[in-house]
Amino acid sequence: MRIIDKLVSLARKRSPWLFHMNTGGCNGCDIELVACLSPRYDVEQAGILLVGSPRHADILCVTGPVTSGTRAALEAIYAQMPEPKAVVAIGNCPATCDVFAGSPAIAGPLDHILPVNVYVPGCPPRPNEIIKGIAWAITILASEEKDSVNKEK
Amino acid sequence: MNIGKSLLAFFVIPGLLYAVPMAWLMLWIERKMRARMQGRIGPFFYQPFFDFIKLMAKRPIPRSPFDALLMMGLPVLAISALLASLTLLPVFSTSSGFIGDLVLLIGLIEVPSLCAVLAGFASRSIYGQVGATREAILSIIYNLPFLTAIVALAASAKSIRLTDIALAPSGAVRALTALTVLLCLPVKLRVNPFSLANAEQEIYAGPTTEFDGPRLALWELAHGLEWVALTGIVACIALPFRIGSWIGDIALFTLLSLILVIVATIIAAATARLKISMATHFYLKWVMGMAVLALIIAVLGNVA
Repeated sequence: MRIIDKLVSLARKRSPWLFHMNTGGCNGCDIELVACLSPRYDVEQAGILLVGSPRHADILCVTGPVTSGTRAALEAIYAQMPEPKAVVAIGNCPATCDVFAGSPAIAGPLDHILPVNVYVPGCPPRPNEIIKGIAWAITILASEEKDSVNKEK
Repeated sequence: MNIGKSLLAFFVIPGLLYAVPMAWLMLWIERKMRARMQGRIGPFFYQPFFDFIKLMAKRPIPRSPFDALLMMGLPVLAISALLASLTLLPVFSTSSGFIGDLVLLIGLIEVPSLCAVLAGFASRSIYGQVGATREAILSIIYNLPFLTAIVALAASAKSIRLTDIALAPSGAVRALTALTVLLCLPVKLRVNPFSLANAEQEIYAGPTTEFDGPRLALWELAHGLEWVALTGIVACIALPFRIGSWIGDIALFTLLSLILVIVATIIAAATARLKISMATHFYLKWVMGMAVLALIIAVLGNVA
């Protein structure tokens, strides 16, 4: 059984599939995230794919401050992802709402709605940092150590 | 075809034991070639294997028993049909087959496409339904030239036994049939320029949008096996001779299949997706024309 567990853990490390959701951001972080797939960074080397359906995904990448209009969709998408799953908050917006903080149209920040595993600060963060954040989320997936960041709070 | 031999063909070569690693290898070649054509490095060779293990180890969202049965049953049915169709392929000169196995092969090769259509509608997702509709339309369109070409080949060989057809003397009919079936490959495999059924940027993953965890893993495996079976059919049709020793035969079959995968991937990476009307036009005008030409040559050859 231990060999199977090891194989599963290795497979989770080698094949993380991302689902990307913009919850009302300015599109800056989205461009940086998509840049990770370009020939310059080419995350497919590490088995990382951007998938179209949340049901296929392992890691939910959220950009934007979570407007009240996107909250229900965000929760539905999180619920549709099969376990084990991780959430990566990309940019300042999902972490703190950034310049949108205090707006009546904002339901965020993200950690009030979903358990966030990794924060990647920056406005927007560089693709290197995003890849680093995803790599951290991958180790959380592989060890199935849930809510590691939230526990520290 | 005795039972021992059929079981060996189903479980070992070119069935389960050969086809599953081959399916992963072909999926990898497809992704790697596409990455290289786009100036990227691309995944390592173990990628489809780890994808499969990871998806199998996921804990899917619970569904109602009938939905769960349907979502597991359809990909399993597709995989079984593909393995059975691989069993029928005349890879070796000695594999006897039986009279009428051509008809069975054509039936079995359509099962995965039918399963995908059912899966798309059963998922009740709008993307799945659009994908399933496109798959159904395209499968009617490509089957016209595909079946015409196969009928032409069978008519020229005067047999509906795969071994007889594969080993019949070569000619214009065989070349035209091989080319027609080759042109039907991209649409059957749902790759560019005919990737309408699972059009990534339009309808997410098409029929498999709502499938998660092990159910998706089985669909990925079925897709890999589709590559093995369909390139295998083209390889068997295109080659009018067999080497004789089983290692030589399997090596030749594998080599030709891999070359076909590379050709299909290069075409896929170099082209953009067509509209469904353009795909229909292409198949009904050019590919169908070629198939009808093959049929005319075959019938005239028989009369003369």
